[in-house]
Amino acid sequence: MKELVVISGKGGTGKTSVVAAFAALAGNATLADCDVDAANLHLVLNPQIQESHDFVGGKTAVIDPEGCTACGVCAELCRFDAPHDGGLDRQGMPAPYAIDAVACEGCGVCARFCPEDAIAMEETVNGQWFISETRHGPMVHARLGIAEENSGKLVSLVREISREVAADNGREVIIVDGSPGIGCPVIASLTGAKLALVVTEPTLSGLHDLQRIGELTRHFRIPTLVAVNKYDLNVDIAERAESLAREQGMEIGARIRYDAVFTQAMLHRQSVVEYTDEGAAADLRKLWDAAHGHLAEGGAQPATTGGDDQ
Amino acid sequence: MRLHTLEWVVVAVVAWAAAVEWVAARAPAEAGGWVWAVVVAAVSALAMVVVADAAAADEDARRRSRLIRITVASGKGGTGKTTVAANLAYVLAQNGGDVHFVDCDVEEPNGHIFLKPDIERVRTVGVPTPEVDRELCTGCGECGEMCQYGAIAVVKKMVLTFPTLCNGCGGCALVCPEDAITEIPREIGVIEEGMAGKVRFSHGVLNVGEARAVPIIRELTRKPLGKTVIFDAPPGTSCPVVESVRSSDYTVLVTEPTPFGLNDLELAVGMMRELTKPFAVVINRADTGDDRVKDYCAKQGIHVPLEIPDSREIAEAYSRGELIAEAVQGYGEGLMKLHDFIGQELQK
Repeated sequence: MKELVVISGKGGTGKTSVVAAFAALAGNATLADCDVDAANLHLVLNPQIQESHDFVGGKTAVIDPEGCTACGVCAELCRFDAPHDGGLDRQGMPAPYAIDAVACEGCGVCARFCPEDAIAMEETVNGQWFISETRHGPMVHARLGIAEENSGKLVSLVREISREVAADNGREVIIVDGSPGIGCPVIASLTGAKLALVVTEPTLSGLHDLQRIGELTRHFRIPTLVAVNKYDLNVDIAERAESLAREQGMEIGARIRYDAVFTQAMLHRQSVVEYTDEGAAADLRKLWDAAHGHLAEGGAQPATTGGDDQ
Repeated sequence: MRLHTLEWVVVAVVAWAAAVEWVAARAPAEAGGWVWAVVVAAVSALAMVVVADAAAADEDARRRSRLIRITVASGKGGTGKTTVAANLAYVLAQNGGDVHFVDCDVEEPNGHIFLKPDIERVRTVGVPTPEVDRELCTGCGECGEMCQYGAIAVVKKMVLTFPTLCNGCGGCALVCPEDAITEIPREIGVIEEGMAGKVRFSHGVLNVGEARAVPIIRELTRKPLGKTVIFDAPPGTSCPVVESVRSSDYTVLVTEPTPFGLNDLELAVGMMRELTKPFAVVINRADTGDDRVKDYCAKQGIHVPLEIPDSREIAEAYSRGELIAEAVQGYGEGLMKLHDFIGQELQK
């Protein structure tokens, strides 16, 4: 199984458009949308959902108002400011405490130390995940509930399921759409991957974020390709980005020109390479050839530091 | 010193009583009672007008002096969130405001590229992580059972810790029957602060390889300075964004008029409604894409106080790390209008 993870550090550099184009060009890949916080790949690939499951990511404390004596131990011990007192009831007695579910991180300290045993840790549904069919192959995707946590766990789950789906379908390559940033969900989508592709842009922000995401892929010892999108917006900074990438041990995949077809293709719910053969579509083909070449190489296996987080 | 409305009323009553006495003492004895009544009525009416006016001015000043916290967020990344936030802070300060810009996108902070602050203070942010005294540890395994994050485990009577997974809840130390666990702070990033021209500036930087941004954001949002605080949130709708939005009075969601922009805007609106916080939408690169974002906002009754046209001039100035309000005419005026709109909304 060969996983290619497309990430960007900075948001909005064209990561998902690149993944959609790769899906069309690969023809026989399995697709995994690991941007579970703001998934977009489905808007282009129009998946037909075959299976849908709840994602139970963690637990939330629930106080039984009957058992609670309003002693306040939970509020005292909680580091996340989740338990709140209920003020006074109609008789002027302290009312039971309640948990702010958004603030609760599910650590279980309150439940363990409640002297009345009035707090239970209940499993919570944090989102859904799906196995779907698209015109370019099977796709595993998810939707994290609003204001929910555990995005890292959900990303790990999406990757695990996509590997199973790929194995069942006899497909070698998995293309993963990652999320912006360098934190929890990004780390979960990177660990153990065969190749990372960083899509960046020729701006000082893009340059700054490229440096940090490059440090991250090096930290996890994942071979990394870089593509500067909209490179002709600022050729000078595009060149700086490429030399920074080389200095950090990353390789240059291809340059993608500034082209309105990215937006046009999106409006038509197509990938850029389905929408046109010209302009940026040609650049994307070149980029796919570079990425595919790396995936086909039997050589440099990445170190799997951290394992699969399961 | 500022007086409250009630204190103004007391002042008014005292002044009125003094006025009555003054008039009564000087009123000629031969004058009729009606003259005396008219004079008193005129004096008290005048006093009331003066007091009401002063109270209103005072109320106004107080409202203006109130700390206002604005979060600039977006579901989708790369829609122009940081550009709006940094330029908003800049134009407010240029117009005499006392502004604090707080970059909460600690995974990829970029506000400093545009505001170019002089960093004067750096402090580290740590999360408490367990350290086990192996002399005292009996390998009972209580800590491993307590931990929900897999950060501490006991295998064959040997305790193992995985600091990067630790959430800092303190459960292991509390539960250990031998008191063998102490919590020591482990650095996960830094907060840097200083001045960017007239703008107070803070940002957090998560160490590369660290997974949890929230403790740094929590620390960043704790002590805002100035009278207007602008939080530049990370993209998305998950915990780090919620942390920024929860600590602010008003949120601006920056989006773009594309299918991706609309999809992620809907998620962000869902988050705002879940948190029951007031918000408005700014459409960036407004003349690209289609009208679906506008139609959606109209249908949902969401205010769109500002639309920013697409322009290569803006994109190029941005690429060089320039403040758009300095480089492009008219950009700053739009942001001032946005700020006035937020001010009016918060007064409702």
